[in-house]
Amino acid sequence: MNADFTPEELAFQEEVRTFLEQEFPKEMKAKVDANIRLSKEEAVRWQKILYKKGWAAPNWPEEYGGTGWTATQKYIFATEMGLIGAPEPVAFGMKMVAPVIMSYGTEEQKKRFLPDILESNVWWCQGYSEPNSGSDLASLKTTAVREGDEYIVNGNKTWNTYGQYADWIFCLVRTDSTVKKQEGISFLLIDMKSPGISLKPIVLLDGHAEVNEVFFDDVRVPAENLIGEENKGWTYAKLLLTHERTNIAGVPRSKRRLQALKRTAAATDDGFGGMMDQNASFRQKLTAVEIQLQALEYAELRTLAALSVGKAPGPESSILKIVGTELAQKMDEMFVELAGYHCLPFVPEQFEDGFQGEAIGPGTTAATALTYFNMRKLSIFGGSNEIQRNIISKAVLGL
Amino acid sequence: MDFSYTEVQQMLQDQVQKFVQKSYDFETRNKIIASEKGYSEENWALFAELGWLTVPFTEDDGGLGGSAVDLMVMMEEFGKANLVEPYLANAVLAGGLISRLVDDGRKSELLEAVMSGTSQLACAYAETGGRYNLARVSTTATVDGDAIIIDGEKVAVLNAPNAEKILVVARESGAETDREGISVFLVPADAAGLQIQSFPTIDGKRAGIVRLNSVKVSVTDRLGVAGGALPALEQVIDLATVGVCAEAVGALEMLLQKTVEYSKTRTQFGVPIGTFQALQHRMADMFIECQLARSITIMAAMKLDSNVSVEEKSKAVSAAKSKVGNAITLVGQEAIQIHGGIGTTEELDVGHFFKRVTALNVMFGDADFHSERFAAL
Repeated sequence: MNADFTPEELAFQEEVRTFLEQEFPKEMKAKVDANIRLSKEEAVRWQKILYKKGWAAPNWPEEYGGTGWTATQKYIFATEMGLIGAPEPVAFGMKMVAPVIMSYGTEEQKKRFLPDILESNVWWCQGYSEPNSGSDLASLKTTAVREGDEYIVNGNKTWNTYGQYADWIFCLVRTDSTVKKQEGISFLLIDMKSPGISLKPIVLLDGHAEVNEVFFDDVRVPAENLIGEENKGWTYAKLLLTHERTNIAGVPRSKRRLQALKRTAAATDDGFGGMMDQNASFRQKLTAVEIQLQALEYAELRTLAALSVGKAPGPESSILKIVGTELAQKMDEMFVELAGYHCLPFVPEQFEDGFQGEAIGPGTTAATALTYFNMRKLSIFGGSNEIQRNIISKAVLGL
Repeated sequence: MDFSYTEVQQMLQDQVQKFVQKSYDFETRNKIIASEKGYSEENWALFAELGWLTVPFTEDDGGLGGSAVDLMVMMEEFGKANLVEPYLANAVLAGGLISRLVDDGRKSELLEAVMSGTSQLACAYAETGGRYNLARVSTTATVDGDAIIIDGEKVAVLNAPNAEKILVVARESGAETDREGISVFLVPADAAGLQIQSFPTIDGKRAGIVRLNSVKVSVTDRLGVAGGALPALEQVIDLATVGVCAEAVGALEMLLQKTVEYSKTRTQFGVPIGTFQALQHRMADMFIECQLARSITIMAAMKLDSNVSVEEKSKAVSAAKSKVGNAITLVGQEAIQIHGGIGTTEELDVGHFFKRVTALNVMFGDADFHSERFAAL
């Protein structure tokens, strides 16, 4: 058993750190530190910098433009990215649809879609959940009916993140309603410019329209956009969800948040002449978070080690999703606690790009409640934490 | 032993419930929040007409009696309605300080304006450095002949954007955390050197940061004796704390009720999600927390109305706010989680109740602060 980095790995860590310090744009770093939402253009600009370096898709196989890194190198890269606050690529293209296309797409589909994802030329979004199919995803009702060499798609999807920016959407659609619900689902790629698609923004509790409901009204989709075989979509969807889950522990982000939490506590008056980092009950909470984060990190490392010897991520990866999201949410709660009265302002525009007004409250205190509200989604999306606990009960414990 | 409501309390509860049913549904509330002032002047006039603005005041002051239990009964209903009208700022905080500090001819005039709903006031007590400690006051008030010069910054001043006058807590003497030396001044909101940075709050109210840069008032604008305002401020905040506990109890009740209803109608895997035992137990825990929060809030209100010592009263209030704070975290987060995605949107009222209780959790000190205060008293 050995968890130390080799000299080569340490050198790699140094290389990554130096690259990020030099190349991650200073103005973007300043925005991330001030809790200001990055624009689509900025996210793309950063992805293209990574692409130029050859580091756009560490998790992809080399033949498609991946880095060929070991699991440890990927871990080092993800950690350094998280610590500096550099945004990860929007997951829908790079981490979700791309592995599905690689595993089940035709050569033609791979050539058509993968290079543009790698280079961040095309922005993808997800069409999975429906208003009546959340945790019970397989009950989805959006239909695709084959007509000649086209599918006609009707129905609606929801919790579609950043669909307003997207060029393409990958969808689960029902192609057979006469069989068991999992066996009549297909995986379809749809151009967002297709006639018949419309979006309705959904405003979340932080005041930001981050997600949409997407409506399909007789949308015609070329049959060549079907992935794999008709009615096998559920199998492909599950592969994607496993990928979504392993990326969801968020250890690097939580490390950065923990550092910020400690800094903030040390700079926050307790009202009695001391600082909040010396406040007994707050200290105890900080300690509990830090210890939990260490346990989570080693749980993730063990999963990564298993992956690097060729094992697929098993049902125990649900641990990472549950613990990672609940830990992140606990820290969001603690930021609100530190902000105290300063958590009260509801001025979402203060954290949008281009805000010209006078900032309210010290530092980013006025963002704390907004973030706390927004991040309630973490334990709900990507398979709710209840579903993850079901997976552990059934698939791990055999209950 | 008797926990039943008096006739007056029953009447208050009925009145608020009827008003909410008739004029305060989700859409109406959203319109009020989006309006320029952020509250309904029509509603405010109605509150005055129905006598609700007299509830926190003694009969000597011309009020209903000043009972904390009366206030609790009413504010619980405000919590169930997620009401945004500036009741706390005017009737409890500003009115409470005037009632306890002023003893000359201005008292009846000022209180009459509060109770008739014709004035809008705000109370500026909190500061960044003080966190929740009321004795930590850095804002200074310096006597200059017949004038007083005030300098400092007050935060989380509820109703500041709509206030004509602001009651400003400032230090005339002593070190930053001394109990002596604190006074309250009645400052016109349009006084030279007074600047208000206004904002809507996470729970749909209006508030502001008030900056005072050599603001000049007259010595006659000091309420009560120089440097002796802290005990009155503490009493007022204790009563207001019971008020927000009651408001939270009402809002938590709604979070529970809405979650239970939703779990009976939301179907996944072919059955209502409320049939899953994992969720049933969590909703049972939410119910337990609601009941404990309600019980300890009643305890605190009854103590405030009793003849026990000031310390014992404060201790009961801190016990209540600490317990209610923990209930807010559990019930609020579970309500959103059990609703799933739809709970994280502005579209359902459950999210708005969650935001309200998050704000109430902060008001006058969170669970940790009040646990410490409880232990220290």
